[in-house]
Amino acid sequence: MTDLTTRAGRIAALKAAAKERILILDGSWGVMFQKRKLAEADYRAERFADYDGQMKGNNDILCLTRPDIVADLHHQYYAAGADISETNTFSGTTIAQADYRLGSDVVRDINFEGARIARSVADEWLAKEPEKPRFVAGSIGPLNVMLSMSSDVNDPGARKVTFDQVYQAYREQAAALHDGGVDLFLIETITDTLNCKAAIKAIMDLVDEGYEELPIWISGTITDRSGRTLSGQTAEAFWNSIKHCKPFAVGFNCALGADLMRPHIAEMARIADTLVAAYPNAGLPNAMGEYDEEPHQTGHQLHEWAKDGIVNILGGCCGTTPDHIKHVADEVRGVKPRAIPERPKAMRLAGLEPFELA
Amino acid sequence: MRPVFVNIGERTNVTGSAKFKKLVVEGDYPAALSVARQQVEAGAQVIDVNMDEGLLDSKQAMITFLNLMAAEPDIARAPVMIDSSKWEVIEAGLKCVQGKAIVNSISMKEGEAKFIEQAKLCLRYGAAVVVMAFDEVGQADTAARKIEICEKAYRILVDKVGFPPEDIIFDPNIFAVATGIEEHDNYAVDFIEATREIKKRCPYARVSGGVSNVSFSFRGNEPVRRAIHSVFLYHAIEAGMDMGIVNAGDLPVYDTLDAELREAVEDVILNRPQRTNVSNTERLVDMAPRYKGDKSQVQTANLEWRKGSVNERITHALVNGITDYIDQDTEEARLSVERPLHVIEGHLMDGMNVVGDLFGSGKMFLPQVVKSARVMKQAVAWLEPFMEAEKAGKPREQAGRILMATVKGDVHDIGKNIVGVVLQCNNYEVIDLGVMVPADRILEEARKHNVDMIGLSGLITPSLDEMVFVASEMERQGFTMPLLIGGATTSRTHTAVKIEPAYHKGSTTYVLDASRAVGVVSGLLSASERDRLQAETRAEYVRIREQYARGQTAKARTKIADARKRKFDIDWNGYAPPKPSFIGARAFEPSLEELVPFIDWSPFFASWELIGRFPQILEDDVVGEAATDLYRDAREMLDKVVAEKWFGAKGVVGFWPAQADGDDIVLYTDESRSTELARLFTLRQQMDKSEGKANLALADFVAPIGQGGDYMGGFAVTAGHGEDEIVKRFKEAGDDYSAIMASALADRLAEAFAEWLHYKARVELWGYAKDEREDIDIMIAEKYRGIRPAPGYPAQPDHTEKGTLFKLLDAEAATGMILTESYAMSPGAAVSGFYFSHPQSHYFGVGKVDLDQVEDYARRKGWDLAKAEKWLSPILNYDPGARARGEAA
Repeated sequence: MTDLTTRAGRIAALKAAAKERILILDGSWGVMFQKRKLAEADYRAERFADYDGQMKGNNDILCLTRPDIVADLHHQYYAAGADISETNTFSGTTIAQADYRLGSDVVRDINFEGARIARSVADEWLAKEPEKPRFVAGSIGPLNVMLSMSSDVNDPGARKVTFDQVYQAYREQAAALHDGGVDLFLIETITDTLNCKAAIKAIMDLVDEGYEELPIWISGTITDRSGRTLSGQTAEAFWNSIKHCKPFAVGFNCALGADLMRPHIAEMARIADTLVAAYPNAGLPNAMGEYDEEPHQTGHQLHEWAKDGIVNILGGCCGTTPDHIKHVADEVRGVKPRAIPERPKAMRLAGLEPFELA
Repeated sequence: MRPVFVNIGERTNVTGSAKFKKLVVEGDYPAALSVARQQVEAGAQVIDVNMDEGLLDSKQAMITFLNLMAAEPDIARAPVMIDSSKWEVIEAGLKCVQGKAIVNSISMKEGEAKFIEQAKLCLRYGAAVVVMAFDEVGQADTAARKIEICEKAYRILVDKVGFPPEDIIFDPNIFAVATGIEEHDNYAVDFIEATREIKKRCPYARVSGGVSNVSFSFRGNEPVRRAIHSVFLYHAIEAGMDMGIVNAGDLPVYDTLDAELREAVEDVILNRPQRTNVSNTERLVDMAPRYKGDKSQVQTANLEWRKGSVNERITHALVNGITDYIDQDTEEARLSVERPLHVIEGHLMDGMNVVGDLFGSGKMFLPQVVKSARVMKQAVAWLEPFMEAEKAGKPREQAGRILMATVKGDVHDIGKNIVGVVLQCNNYEVIDLGVMVPADRILEEARKHNVDMIGLSGLITPSLDEMVFVASEMERQGFTMPLLIGGATTSRTHTAVKIEPAYHKGSTTYVLDASRAVGVVSGLLSASERDRLQAETRAEYVRIREQYARGQTAKARTKIADARKRKFDIDWNGYAPPKPSFIGARAFEPSLEELVPFIDWSPFFASWELIGRFPQILEDDVVGEAATDLYRDAREMLDKVVAEKWFGAKGVVGFWPAQADGDDIVLYTDESRSTELARLFTLRQQMDKSEGKANLALADFVAPIGQGGDYMGGFAVTAGHGEDEIVKRFKEAGDDYSAIMASALADRLAEAFAEWLHYKARVELWGYAKDEREDIDIMIAEKYRGIRPAPGYPAQPDHTEKGTLFKLLDAEAATGMILTESYAMSPGAAVSGFYFSHPQSHYFGVGKVDLDQVEDYARRKGWDLAKAEKWLSPILNYDPGARARGEAA
């Protein structure tokens, strides 16, 4: 029996569980915060009482100012049947938090506390239901600046940031999440693969500092029907570009609902010799910007995926709630996870499109 | 089976291409990019980029070029080989590629430690790697040394670094042969033999090399060099060479080489015993001049497209976004036809149709299409002087007159402008009414100018309903001319399902994009084709409607009687409705300065097609700079608007005793609640709701008769007085940018006025939320008590209720605003609505309603059914036409 109080034990348990069943990730956080109708004061608490500007909208800061709400959400999702819950650190980089003029110290605290809150909730559940360990994924989100896309329509070569700046921002986030006790890293909603590669390198480099190696889960975003990432890559080119980190799981999330995401997940299921994970939005937003897809609809669609053997991990992105996750968890219970295919060894390169030297 | 060989283009290599070097040194990056594009077109599967040149800051040149390449989808689709002898240049390059690249190269030249360090970095950046057969002793020349070094490197990479063996490529050094030095004669054989052995000893690893080295001694004689490359590759590939840096476009096929030349070259490459009394080298050197200048076998594949007809070339240039030859091709086309216009109608339109089809089928992407437009523009610019000259001689006969307008409520006209340009290019007279044009004006102008057809454009969703409205107005007013629909939110389905059925007297056609506009317009104006086209379109739209209807059948509605039983049940017991500080209407004229803090900027950016939340949008990677510039301009203009009082803001607010009466709300003249002042009509949701969820109507938020004295409010505000004059002034000065900006700001100020007034109502006039803080974000997020739904929007989709509101407020007198026949407010920068104060009141959408409610609603409003169906047409859950036809039958 693995010792689930150690990280190594939990990682082993996570890998073992993935062989047995389809793992469930949690759902959207933004929608759930919105439902709380939080006020500026909630976002500030005492620590940022004198903050000059608007803190509202900075959901990550709630790790420091309303940890009770953050913990409650982890509880709700674990209770709904999630095996893995994400830290509330989607925008927890110095680059993203520069919008709020928050520096390294605060950003570190966000990640560290975000990880700690999730850790302690997961540990509570472990104590309560030792037969079903709950895991914490350190959420590493995209940036509002991209390394592969021009920041100036008149100058295609222009970039707002350098690789080194992006790397540094992700490195600080990853280290703080690690210190706070996450079980794995989840680089998600990837719009630019080069940004993602900077995050990957930052995480891999932590090992040189003596950090325990943690599984990495890579989740890209196919933005529309073109079937490409925002930075222009196809699913296979994306996989070729990130597989050097030997990801624990790879897949897609956000932007699309289950129906439109399916072909890309099916493609990933075919090419990736690792776990495939998907957490679509609750459909596409309606004219009012709201998500109409009901929990049983999401549950039904994702059950189809599970039945067809194209996924190993399922969850929800924008517009999904604990109820959605509960439906997904209930629907796929007992369904066999996708078998990981063996692919012939070959040099597989990528530009925007894949290139394989067979 | 011959193994697959990967061509790595060498034209973007400053050490391999003098032309490329010159371009980069001179900083002509656009031309340098053309070189990369040609390589991809010529079949290079990987692009080698090398900037190792003394005159260059190699590191910066690598960064600049790779970043530029990333912006060209037709180049960036291929993986990059980052080629440099300097590690710092390689690492800088690795930081610029999102794909999986190849590093060329690392080696054990500076010892094992350095080699391991660099390999590890390549692994973490996610790149495959070329390893040169080089160690501290030097470059490996013999087969034995090559094999020894490569095998050693392989073991270090795989065993110590954990490098995936399939990501290792060995470059066992290709050296020049036929140099006249005997020791060099076996160099090609050494490479070929080493290749065979390395492939055997290092599973999954690949072998590559810089092919042009081998023929170095024949520089200046390209045909012979190419023959040498061809022969060398023939044998090296057979031995297992997988890839090479070689100009793919230039390579002749081994089998087609001149037999004598091939034999001589083969003797040199394979270091065979000499056949005559002269050495193999001397024999080839003697023979070489005879082949110099013989280009018969040389195909430059990258310019293959230049051989096509002028039509094909123009299409190729448009599809690939190449401007290099468009002037000369356009000129050639112009000389071949009678009139310059024919080039636009023929060559250019043919090409744009291909672009349109490729884009439509997902084979081209927006950036590429934008580049196509640039080529198109350049071609048209070339033709313009000729068309002008033609016009000077005789007046141009117009092919037709088209009226174009962006419909009311929408300030987007980029797409419409593009269509206008294309149509004008095609000899159509375009009357552009601009943006935010109300239906009545469109139709009035259409009549006035006796146009041949009307084109409507729109980008934001409310425009869809407006287009349906225009179509239904065309029907009502007896129009018969064709109606064209275009713009980002429009679709064939929406046109078929919603717009076309509203306009029976003429035809309605959806136009996917600017490139289709000419085909549609010319067809509809052609006497011979019009009827057939219209019939085809109608048949197609019927089919689309049927498909759509099949998809819709599941949407069952709840009977209105049942829906009413499931009303939103507020517990009125013990609820004391707040009492407003006055009864009746009161006018307000705040200064613009007071309104500025209440502006919600996000929709402002959306109106300029920049989507994102303010202020984050200013930092957005894609649109951030454009947004920042726009915001700066907007704030600058706003300062002027405020200081110089460009716009007049006038508003009115009123409160009345109110009680719900079923789905109606009765307003009373005074507190005695005995005399009915007005009756508001609300619509109830009829969608199937899950247990415990209510079928809402706005009336549910007001206390019913006999449940305690409730109140309701209403308001109408505008910040648009003076806007038209300002906009006109800018337009006349040719400054469309400022004209649209002024309109957009007036819109924002009107919205801010509504926000300001609602806030004032909550904290003061109605006063039920005296403690609320003044926080624009709370307001934008609508996180305050009470709502202010507007007639014509989801909670009450019937625009005509605005008439009641205006009457109650005497809004015309108080604000100078009027309602158009479509119940649009004028000036356009205006907001109106009702106030509800109950803490549980909230926004919702009525959704689709069924016939039973529409009949009931008509009866309540004193309308006939047809009138109700007209005003509720966007939310009918059935086809009123089908119903009417059914009754007639």
